Amino acid sequence: MTRLTFFPVQASTEAPHTDFIYFGLIVFSMAVSLIVVGLLIAFAIRYRRSAGTRRGALPEWIERDFEIGWTSAAFFLFLFAAFWTGATRLSALTPPSEAMEIHIVAKQWMWKTQHPSGAREINALHVPVGEPVRLAMTSEDVIHSFFVPAFRIKQDVLPGRYTRAWFNATQVGSYHLLCTQLCGTEHARMVGDIVVMSRADFGQWLVSQPHADDVVREGQALFASLGCSACHDGASKVRAPRLEALYGRPVDLADGSRIVMDDSFIREMILRPSSHVVRGYDAIMPSYSGLVGDEELLRLSAFIRSLGQAEHGDRG
Amino acid sequence: MTAAAYHDEYPSQANSYLRDGHSLWSWLASTDHKRIAILYAISITLFFFVGAVAIAIVRVELVNPNGQFISDDTYNKLFTLHGIVMVWFFLIPSIPNTFGNFLLPLMIGAPDVAFPRLNLFSWYLNIAGGLFTLYAVVAGGVDTGWTFYTPFSTMFSNSHVLAAAAGVFVAGFGSIATGVNFIVTVHMLRTRGMIWFRLPLFVWSLYATSLVLVLATPVLAVTLLLVIAERWFGFPIFDPTHGGDPLLFQHLFWFYSHPAVYIMILPAMGVVTEVITCFARRRVFGYTFMVYAMVAIAGIGFFVWGHHMFVSGQSPYASLIFSFLSFVVAVPSAIKVCNWTATLYRGQITFEAPMLYALGFIGLFTVGGLTGLFLASIPIDVQVHDTYFVVAHFHYIMVGGSVSAFFAALHFWWPKITGKLYDEAWARFAAILMFFGFNFTFFPQFLLGYLGNPRRYHVYPPEFQVYHVMSSTGASVLAAAYLLPPIYLIWSLLYGKRSGDNPWGATGLEWTTQSPPPTHNFLAPPSIETGPYEYHEKGEAPEAGLRLPHPAQSEPR
Repeated sequence: MTRLTFFPVQASTEAPHTDFIYFGLIVFSMAVSLIVVGLLIAFAIRYRRSAGTRRGALPEWIERDFEIGWTSAAFFLFLFAAFWTGATRLSALTPPSEAMEIHIVAKQWMWKTQHPSGAREINALHVPVGEPVRLAMTSEDVIHSFFVPAFRIKQDVLPGRYTRAWFNATQVGSYHLLCTQLCGTEHARMVGDIVVMSRADFGQWLVSQPHADDVVREGQALFASLGCSACHDGASKVRAPRLEALYGRPVDLADGSRIVMDDSFIREMILRPSSHVVRGYDAIMPSYSGLVGDEELLRLSAFIRSLGQAEHGDRG
Repeated sequence: MTAAAYHDEYPSQANSYLRDGHSLWSWLASTDHKRIAILYAISITLFFFVGAVAIAIVRVELVNPNGQFISDDTYNKLFTLHGIVMVWFFLIPSIPNTFGNFLLPLMIGAPDVAFPRLNLFSWYLNIAGGLFTLYAVVAGGVDTGWTFYTPFSTMFSNSHVLAAAAGVFVAGFGSIATGVNFIVTVHMLRTRGMIWFRLPLFVWSLYATSLVLVLATPVLAVTLLLVIAERWFGFPIFDPTHGGDPLLFQHLFWFYSHPAVYIMILPAMGVVTEVITCFARRRVFGYTFMVYAMVAIAGIGFFVWGHHMFVSGQSPYASLIFSFLSFVVAVPSAIKVCNWTATLYRGQITFEAPMLYALGFIGLFTVGGLTGLFLASIPIDVQVHDTYFVVAHFHYIMVGGSVSAFFAALHFWWPKITGKLYDEAWARFAAILMFFGFNFTFFPQFLLGYLGNPRRYHVYPPEFQVYHVMSSTGASVLAAAYLLPPIYLIWSLLYGKRSGDNPWGATGLEWTTQSPPPTHNFLAPPSIETGPYEYHEKGEAPEAGLRLPHPAQSEPR
């Protein structure tokens, strides 16, 4: 048993903001509790039956005026609190654009993580200090939840779709990664370590990892081996949309609607191509449902995104 | 009506409902709302101890960070059993189906509820549901948590989800029937002079609760049917590999389960109001605002379910709306706390056991409500969602709130129900022990939650152990406190002094009839001309030592 701690360490840029709101609410709650409990005790003593305290009359108008008073006081206080806490969160929604992207696949009862360089880890994630990290997460089975108390972040990880989170670690150290969505027998053992390292140490660590192709290259290899390039390549005879510089842009659909090309859309088109038909093209793409796994889908996304980032797609 | 005819129709003395047949069958087939209330009281007490034993094992297990003597699966099944039994077979039927059933007709001057046979049928549905659930336990248990989250519950769990879901489904119809019964009773069976704004606040709370029961429970029934359809027939609703949506379940589930929290707390608020006004000898401060606050809670409570889903992957903009509405729903609760406190002002306060429970309720409910504001704040909820902070918060509301109020009601109306007095010293001791035991158990869990200990964890990082040990120690005090009332109450039943009709000098129609009440409650239909809390003249505060005016209910005419 270790010594008593009251607050978790602050190890991300988000943590001080969350803690500030937490302290603010604690001060507010203590003030309210003190007033309520103080009045309860004061009235209980002063107006106990055996006390000779003079009671005096209580005019009727008091009732209505007090009611209106504390109703509006409570309403405006809570309105302010909702605005204050909500506004803080808004600015934390979007990660900085230069953030490095880590892919996370959860399964019963394990966290699988993969770096942009292709390095893979299980129940662990090494990240450099002071660099924003974006997480693209999905699950192979049930709902899990990615929770790092020291970073004050938590995000459920769902099967069949992507959820996102981001953090910027501020302190070197090793922190708990915990699953917080009941996911079966070993739910409590689905834990890992987030290891925050100095940039130099991280660089060394990354180099020392078993060599693997980076994620984009893996995606490119899949793009070829699954036969995607047979149609989506400019030289192809089959008319299919070229994917260069499309990522993050709106796509016109045959039904007149528009949808932004992102990881979820790419996933949807690979697994259930008939669900959306791009305007000007026939619905001829076959479904790859059952042929590609969650991790492979993330790699394909990474490759397609890399086509968008390069001015002229390098398709080898 | 002539005096002679009157006496023919209404005898001056009648058998109490307790003497109306002594066989087991006379109880199991009774349509008397008071006997059905006793049936509920017995069944929920049994369920309470089933749920309590399950969690006692969990608390012992958690003293050691690596677990002690049960497996991961057993651990998951125990807290699931605790949740399912406590929520659906103790808390939801607790106050409405025992005290509500017993008192609603008495408080509005009716001979029974509107549909007495439906009332009995509700109890059988509740018992059938409970037996299904207990079967699931005997057959091997359920490990999904009381929340049945998909796709775990429908595709992956190897436990007896179907039996448990079917049990809750069946019990739900009992809830709906009770809700319909209470609503019709309040509308149709109020006695002469009992206009809406003369209803006791406990009746208003039951009315608001019944609206929620009738509107929300069908959603739970549909949700559980969908779970059963997917699990049993492979009908893809929530399974994402076949185009289903696992989040759909959470929306449906919380659309019921958040209002269900108000099913548990609204009747508790009603009880506490009755108790405080009686032992402070004061009219309720702000009667009409108390009514509006309860109706507002019941209404707004339907629009805050999304605050259970801030980290689920729901749109962050939806989260902002739900966050705002969750702050708004706290306003009527704040009004009620202010009104209870103000009711004490210039009162003639005494501290019998029901009052101790009611005062404890205000304190614990305030803490529970304030920590609810933490959870309504998105950045804080991100940190504490699905941690012990949430566990502590809802136990402050459901145990600190509802169970305290249940014990307040039990002691307050015990003389009316049984005609006997309980031992005041023991009752006060139990109330105080329960208050401290409760705080020792659950307050450390707030700290534990913000530190990041997830709930439903069989093993946990060793730095959290100190708080778990505190919590388990507190839980043993709490357990001891819960064992006291059954002992001294059974003693009171056997050897207690006769209480008389109105031992507290309380107002309210239920105190004007015999204790225990006769089979059809009143010898003649009562009629009233005043509000429910005539402890003193309006605008006055009786001085110390004055004889308090007797309840201003008129005699039957």
